[in-house]
Amino acid sequence: MNAIATNLPREELLAMYERMLLIRLVEEQLARDCAAGKLPGPVHLYVGEEAIAVGVCRHLDDRDWITSTHRGHGHFLAKGGDPARMLAEIYGRASGICGGFGGSMHVADFSKGIIGANGVVGGGIALAAGAALAAQLDGDGRVAVAFFGDGAANQGVLAEALNVAALWKLPLVLVCENNGFSEFSPTATVTSGRIVERARPFGVPGIEVDGNDVLAVWQAAHVAVRRARAGEGPTLIEALTYRTRGHVEYEVTFLSEPYRDEAEVEAWKHKDPIPRLASYLFEHELAHPEELHAIEERVAQIVAEAVRFAENAPEPDPAGARGHMFANPR
Amino acid sequence: MARKRMIQAMNEALHEEMERDPSIVLFGEDVKASLFGDTKGLWKRFGPERVRDTPICETLIAGMAVGAAAAGRRVICHMMFGNFVYTGMDAIANQAAKLRFMTNGQIKLPITFIAVSGGGRSAAAQHSDAIHPVLANLGGIKVVMPSSPADAKGLLKAAIRDDDPVFFLQAAGRGGEPGEVPADEYLVPLGEACVRRPGRDVTVVAIGSMVRPALKCAEALEGEGIEVEVIDPRTIVPLDLDTILGSVRKTGRLVVVDEARDTCSFASHIAALAAEHAFDALRAPIRRVTVPDCAIPFAPVLERAVLPSVERIEEAIRRTLKHGGRS
Ligand SMILES: Cc1ncc(C[n+]2csc(CCOP(=O)(O)OP(=O)(O)O)c2C)c(N)n1
Repeated sequence: MNAIATNLPREELLAMYERMLLIRLVEEQLARDCAAGKLPGPVHLYVGEEAIAVGVCRHLDDRDWITSTHRGHGHFLAKGGDPARMLAEIYGRASGICGGFGGSMHVADFSKGIIGANGVVGGGIALAAGAALAAQLDGDGRVAVAFFGDGAANQGVLAEALNVAALWKLPLVLVCENNGFSEFSPTATVTSGRIVERARPFGVPGIEVDGNDVLAVWQAAHVAVRRARAGEGPTLIEALTYRTRGHVEYEVTFLSEPYRDEAEVEAWKHKDPIPRLASYLFEHELAHPEELHAIEERVAQIVAEAVRFAENAPEPDPAGARGHMFANPR
Repeated sequence: MARKRMIQAMNEALHEEMERDPSIVLFGEDVKASLFGDTKGLWKRFGPERVRDTPICETLIAGMAVGAAAAGRRVICHMMFGNFVYTGMDAIANQAAKLRFMTNGQIKLPITFIAVSGGGRSAAAQHSDAIHPVLANLGGIKVVMPSSPADAKGLLKAAIRDDDPVFFLQAAGRGGEPGEVPADEYLVPLGEACVRRPGRDVTVVAIGSMVRPALKCAEALEGEGIEVEVIDPRTIVPLDLDTILGSVRKTGRLVVVDEARDTCSFASHIAALAAEHAFDALRAPIRRVTVPDCAIPFAPVLERAVLPSVERIEEAIRRTLKHGGRS
């Protein structure tokens, strides 16, 4: 029997609230850092899409695998990655989670099952399928989840992965985050049909879900992850959401004209998943405003400490710039 | 010792390593039927969990190799022909070659990719590329290019046990010539060149399938009292530069034979390294014998005309000997 999100204990709901907020506050910090010219490279923020990473990763533990995208901070934090070491990485510091060798688009922590963000659109899909194969051979009920965008859904590798994962019944969950844009192209201008329907010809279940409703995402992922753990094969989830910030921070500095309507952005800001969960909690008398306020203070504290850690972290030693290319160097 | 073909030696290596290490999974297109024979019998012996036929989707299978390795498996991924590596190139160039580096060495990626590389069998332009220069330039991929059945076995076993992504390139143009293969277990370490034939007058570095014509040429010149030292790098990443430079310092002359197109061939790289590190020892301009910058043609006479031959190697050797007097 599948559990039902609306029956979840309130601790579970508060934990999801806290994790979404952590992602939000870390990224608001990054937006300020970027505006202040403090970040060495491009950053793609996940603001407004947090419910997807959190609703899915709530079902996973450190031994499960995820692959992520160029917009990967949320997945990293939702899967239990350390915000301080992530920020240090994005600042290009030695104590960054990848020692300053990866940056925003490559945050990864294998000890937490985070195979990492990926600079290649669609690049994580095959990696997750491979991790799912390893999990299947290990036979211990682990699963692999690939997060990817609507733009990535147009890469052929999605069809390849659906085919093989269905044939081999791989414990794979494919989570498409449809945020309305493939870079600056509205999804509909580059995408035919509905992405969720792409599962059907392969005999794979497809679930479309409101990606701004963390309970709905939780519910869909619950079904998909259980199915994967039970050895029944892959599921495709299409989570409908919206990217309320730019594709990349500072895009206004190079775009000559707007590619979307401000009113549309404003309308979606009203569907923000974080206040939405707060309203749900109040409506069902599952939390008092003071409780959420206490969570907000705690998270703000964690983020402030993470920023302090990252800002004070030393820069990498250029003498080591050749890094760890090989495990068995000659 | 027994005489075996390279394909048989590879097949033995795969059987032995899969027996030895149950974490190994092998997959690729038609590995059960085995187009070349190297994976023959593995499916029967190790079963459908560990030996898997994939659909024709190189992007996915190369990427799955990376994901499975990142998740703790030792992987053998058969890419069939070298040219199909291009189809899987994102996973190889962007993922396999970089994931360890980008994550500051958090993981190892023990993957052996197997592919047939190079021409010589009228397979035409889309099945005949020598892909090693492309792979060597990626940085994070080791590249193994055996020239004999014995080396193929020892190198393949070493490649499988290595903790990094390795491309094992079996030369199409080598032909099925058998060679002695030791009966006892052995490994040939990556990064150790082999002096196939000692000589004082000129160093010929021959890569992979080029070792055989280089040796033929050396034998032919012996009658004239010309001593050719033939060096087989065996792996180009890592490259045993010391052995090459040691020989060049001894002979003062260098010819590099490579089945790659001339522009950015691996011969060009070896020539550059020798010029940089052993310039003082050189008594003649370095010569490269490569494929002209064209695709590989189909008809046997056309194909023979572009691939390095014994005659072209001989010509290059003679030209280097015109310079600087004999030692
Ligand atoms: C293979 C590849 N092609 C193009 C790009 C450039 N690029 C970076 S993000 C992006 C848009 C991706 O859209 P989507 O998958 O929907 O993710 P989103 O940015 O909306 O989260 C593009 C085209 C890339 N990084 N990789």
